[in-house]
Order: sequence, then structure tokens, then C-alpha cells
Amino acid sequence: MAGGPQIAMLPDGKRLHLQYGPTDMIVEADGEHDEVAAAYRQAIARFRTLLPELVGELPRLRLPVDGDLEPDSFRWSTARRMAEAARLHRGSFVTPMAGVAGAVADELLAAMTEGRRLERAYANNGGDIAIHLSDGAEFTIGLVDHPGNPEPAGRFTIAQPMPVRGVATSGRHGRSFSLGIADAVTVLARNAASADVAATLVANRVNVDHPAIERRPAQELDPDSDLGPMPVTVAVDALDGASRDAALDSGLAAAQAMREAGLIYGAVLALDGTYRVAGQGLAGALPAAA
Amino acid sequence: MTDTMGSSDKQDGIVVCDACPVLCRIREGRAGACDRYANRDGRLTRVDPVTMIHKTLSDEGDIVPFLSDPLEWGGDILPRGDTFLTGIGSGTTYPDYKPAPFIVSSRHDGIDMVTVVTEGIFSYCGLKVKIDTDRYIGPEQASVLCEGEQVGHVTTAEYGSQMLALGGVRHFTGGSKKEGNVTCQMMLSLCNKKPVELQVEGGAKMLLQAGKPPQIDGMVEERMRVGCGSAAIGMFAQQWFGHADEVIVVDDHITGVLSEHQAGKFLGMKPAGIRVRGRKSTPGRYFQVAGHGTGWGGTDVTDPLTIIDSIDGQVAWPGLRLLMVSTTGEDAEFYVLDEDCRPVKTPMPANLTVVVDRIGENCEPAMTSVLFMAGAGGSLRAGVTENPVGLTRSVRDALTRVTCGGAPVYVWPGGGITIMADVMRMPDNAFGYVPTPALVGPIEFTMRREDYQALGGYMKSVRDLSEATDTVQKRLTEWSPDNPWPFDPRRKSGD
Repeated sequence: MAGGPQIAMLPDGKRLHLQYGPTDMIVEADGEHDEVAAAYRQAIARFRTLLPELVGELPRLRLPVDGDLEPDSFRWSTARRMAEAARLHRGSFVTPMAGVAGAVADELLAAMTEGRRLERAYANNGGDIAIHLSDGAEFTIGLVDHPGNPEPAGRFTIAQPMPVRGVATSGRHGRSFSLGIADAVTVLARNAASADVAATLVANRVNVDHPAIERRPAQELDPDSDLGPMPVTVAVDALDGASRDAALDSGLAAAQAMREAGLIYGAVLALDGTYRVAGQGLAGALPAAA
Repeated sequence: MTDTMGSSDKQDGIVVCDACPVLCRIREGRAGACDRYANRDGRLTRVDPVTMIHKTLSDEGDIVPFLSDPLEWGGDILPRGDTFLTGIGSGTTYPDYKPAPFIVSSRHDGIDMVTVVTEGIFSYCGLKVKIDTDRYIGPEQASVLCEGEQVGHVTTAEYGSQMLALGGVRHFTGGSKKEGNVTCQMMLSLCNKKPVELQVEGGAKMLLQAGKPPQIDGMVEERMRVGCGSAAIGMFAQQWFGHADEVIVVDDHITGVLSEHQAGKFLGMKPAGIRVRGRKSTPGRYFQVAGHGTGWGGTDVTDPLTIIDSIDGQVAWPGLRLLMVSTTGEDAEFYVLDEDCRPVKTPMPANLTVVVDRIGENCEPAMTSVLFMAGAGGSLRAGVTENPVGLTRSVRDALTRVTCGGAPVYVWPGGGITIMADVMRMPDNAFGYVPTPALVGPIEFTMRREDYQALGGYMKSVRDLSEATDTVQKRLTEWSPDNPWPFDPRRKSGD
């Protein structure tokens, strides 16, 4: 019925747009002309088979992670990246699907940069971003705290010496279900898959019991959801300030625990225009109002 | 937003989307993982991005090849370009009580242009299908059936091709509900460059797909004939001369006989005394040597000797070398007359094989071409202007360019805005449908801003291109350099 992968340069002539089924990503590389051209060819070649490979492993990737999970038991590297990122959180309820978008970004970035000399590069898979930096290079990333308002609420810079190569955002407005009520949780971590899993779990914890929150079992909305019967947030009416703060603090505690365990570099949590920050370097990223 | 037919399995109101390998199972009212396909009332529905076509230019202003095949792409970083918003995925305001979904302004070569972008819901529309074959597909006027329903008919044969007229308002809404739905599906598939199986009543079963060779009664038609039998003789007489004493080129329309033909006479060939069946037109040219069929040269001939009426022993001679060949070069036999002047099949000499192969080489690849034909003269115009006839006049006066998904159209003379467009020049999956049934197709009207004002356009609804498309999902497709760029000035009608 519909075609296969859609591959096109964006009108600026610099960024490559790759779309296939639910994967919709923008990649860009900076460097010498020939190196960039080769990198894009590598990215396109990898992109063509990435989704079909993943599909075969979906049933197992939707199962909760337990102590026996062996990332190497997956056939394809994207699934292994998902399993590796999820396994680090095996004390909580988590499935490898929590990191799917980030893992796809990591996988594509790895293919794009392999054997290439690039100043910097990124693969942005719907807000879950894998980045590559050479010596002295840095990226400045805008922080969007609500998808309805694309104007960045703040910015932060990732420089080469920082142990951060992945940024991911999760919340209740995205395409994936959330157990929590966060507008956005942005996490910085060593790669995009780790950031994606962590952002998903922190967003789940930005939560409070409140009659203004409408929830439904995930499988009533999507019969194949990895969350099964768990209640996912479908709507949030007006929240009082105390409930909002309680939800944010619950999420912050989860983020700080991950930070102390070395799983993430930092996180920014947003709900109703109010923020919490885990990680010292990130406070400056936020508007004064925070 | 448009609907798609979508093959889907249903269980508990769940639709399985087959748009990509993920095969999402989608509950009613929900969308799949991609947010592009949704389950609306139990039916898989495409939630389209708006398609934009993009032209990339080098510093010198010439067109740079784009990612038409990304793996072949040299990876040039392209400095600048130009974008045209197509009607594909734009939605519609039918019956157009309000302005079209997008009325966008942009500047090209220093001129302010306006493009009115919409998706037309066409109940008056049909397809003209050209099938490159001389094989007999059925009698003129015969019904063309799809899934047992009549969806069109065989129309006037053209040079080297058979023609079908498919769809149209009579099959959409003039017959049974099933006839209408089957017609709609058939048209949607052909317009979206997908294969369709059709049966001519009393004729051939065909598998047709735009831009692909037709398959007729299970056989893929590879090439068009090089010409009729007489034309083939004109083209190759010199090359046969000296290697054969007689050549008969078998064709459903005109069968040629070399020694009798003017070309043979010119070369001083002796009469061979081999008389073919059929009705003689002029010397060396015969009509109706056999029935229509899928055999030699579009006839029903499988043994070419059956078209030989008689061999005159007084004129012919033992050892005479006879070549019989079809007008595509696909079928050929070589004979030598024995003591009693009876033809005996003999291996073909190499110097004749070369010429037979050359006939094949000179046949163009057989294609199926699908032209979408529709009338944009009705209420659709009201989405463009408060004064609908103003649009018709503006198109007539070549002030307004009409495009379908950015592809050029031929505008018929006479009343209304009746257009024809080659679906191969349009982006993939440009068409949708509504259950009426009717086809949904993209249509754009592009003109200078002052001309839009003059024809009574909705000036208050004109928005800048980037502003208009900021909040919608977009799909970018490379402009085909074979198409005129829609913003370039029109030169003549149909350009």
C-alpha cells in the first residue's frame, strides 16, 4: 500500500530527512564535503534495512526486562542497544521499547560516522538525539517544554569533553504512552538509547493521585502496547500547585537516583511551566522564571 | 486528509495497518505508531502529510540531480532551491463554500505569485489507458470488467496500441453500488501507479500498471511493433536483399510481401510466386491475412505457413529461400522450397538472424500509459474565487497554470476546465477517494498575484507559503525535471 523508506534532502540542502513507518528522523553532518557526502550515503544505506530488522524482534522487545535478559540474544544491533539501555534499570518496570527511538538514533549515527572524519554530526529521531563531536566541537540544543509551543524554553550546550552523546525527551504529549503527567522530561546521557529509557522512566514518575488526571489501560488504546493493562495518562485537567509540585518532586527523586547511579548526566523536568533540574550544569539552561 | 482503500484485517474493531513492516494493530479512533495512518470507523485511513515538491539549483542556476536514487547520489550539498506546495494531502473544502485549504503566496524571479492548492473530489473523471500492443485484446466497444463489474470499455485503437476508456461518472454512480466501488478502487490503483487486473468481455485478461509493460493473457508484452508489415519491409528490404528470395512480414494490420512490395521491385527482386491469404491493398500489402489474436504480429497465427494461400510452381523454384517474421521480430522462421516447391523449415542463416534481431531492437519498449482526465469546472472553482467563471477565463487566457500534484496538464479546448494529466509525472500515491464514490486528486492553480486579484480571488485568505505550511505535516518530494516548473510563465494552452 504505502511506499518504502522516504529519503530526501531538506530545502536547506544540508539536512537529510529519513522516514519509514514510525521512524521520522533528521540527520546532519559537518565536515569536509566528501566526508559528509560519504556519511550521508552510509546513513541512507543503514536506514533502508533498519526498520524491517527491528520488526522481527518486536515481540521480545515488548517484554519487561528481568535479570535474565541477554542483549546479545537479539539478532540485530538496534535491538541490542535497546536491551542494553533498558537492562540498567531492571529494578523498575521497564521494557526495551522504552528506548526504541533513542536506539534507532544511535544506530543511524554509528553507521553514519563509521570510518568518516566529521567535525560533528547528529541523528534526531523525533526529539531523541544521538550526537557525535570531534575535539573542540559542541552542540547547542534547545529545550522545548511543550510540543504545542516549539519556542525553546531554554538552551544548553554539549561540549566534546562532556560524557554526553544522547539527549531524549519524554512526556505525556508524545506518541508513546506515559504513566505520568510530565509535559516534558529531557535527559542527557551517554547515548540516545540510555537517555530515552531514562526520560521515559522519569516521566512515568512525574505523577500524583488526582481526580483531574484521566487514565486508561494501555492495551485499550493500543492492543500491542508493552505497557499491557497499566494505566496511561490520556488527559490532565487543571492541577493545583501543591499536586503539581508533588508530581515534579517525585520525578526529581527518580532522576537524582539515576544520576547518583551513573545512569544519566542530568535531567530537566517540566510540568505546567514549572521546572525541576537534576545535575549542576543544567540550571543555567532554564529561563529565569524557573 | 484523504482516505485510502487499505487492505486490512478486522478483529474487535482493530484494523491491521500494512503501510509499513511494523503492521500496527490500530483500535478504532486511534492512530498507528507513525501517526500517519488511523482507524476511522473501522477503516484504515491515511492522515496525509501535505506534499511539497522541491527544485534544487546550483550556483549557476541549473538543476542539480537530487536524491532520485539516493544510493546513486553523489552527496553534493545543495545551496539553494525553490518549493511548490501541491494539492496532495492538502484536503478539500468541497462543496467549496469557503476558500481552498491553502492559498499561498511566494515570490519567483521577482514576481509575486499565488497558488491555490486543493484536492478535488472528482465524480466526473476517467482514465484513458494506452496499452502498447498489437495483440488483440477484444472488439472495439467491448466492456472492460474488473472483479466482474463493468468499469469501462475498449475504445479506438491507436498506432501500435490498444486504448481503454475507464471509469467515468456512469460507472461511479450510474450503476450498482458495487460497480461504483469497484470502479473507484480500480481507478485509485491505476492513478497511484499500482497494478490492476482487467478482463475484456470476449477478449483478453490483462494486468496493467502505469509505466510498466502490459501483461496480456499471462504474457508480458515486451515491445511495440516496429511498424506495420509494409513499413517493416521499407525499413529492412536492403538488409534482406541477397540473403532471402522472399520475405513475408506478418502483421495484424498490414502484412508485407517483399518481392511484390515497391521496396522489392526497386531492388529488382524476381517474383517468388508465393501468394498470401487476405485482401490485397496495394502491391505487396495485405489486410486480414488471419484473425486477431495473441500469435504472430497480433494475429491468431501460430504456424506462419497457414497464411500462405498457394505457391505457384511456374514462378517459384526449388531452393527458394523464404523468411517469415513478425513485426516485433519476436517470431521468425526460415524455409527453403524443396523439389516440389514445398517449404521446408531450415535453420536460419546468421545474416538473416541479425536482421530479425534488428527488428526487435528497433521496437520501443511496450508500456502502459494512464492519463487521468477530470473536470475542474464545477464547484471546485468556488474555492478559488468568488466569481468561478473568472477562473475558467483566466485558465483559457493562459494567465493561470493548472497542475496536478505539480505535474503539467493538458487543458481541453471548449467549455469548463477539463484536464488530462499523466499519472507517471505526478508524485507517488497522489490520489485518494471518498465513499460517494469519487476520486480525490490534487489540483493547483498558479498565477500572478495581480491576476488572482483580477479574477475575484480570496485575497484575505492569501498566506505566505512558510506561514501556511508551518503547522501541518509535510512530505518533500523532488521535482521531476521533465515537468515544467509550475512558477515559470505559461506559453500556450496545455503547457
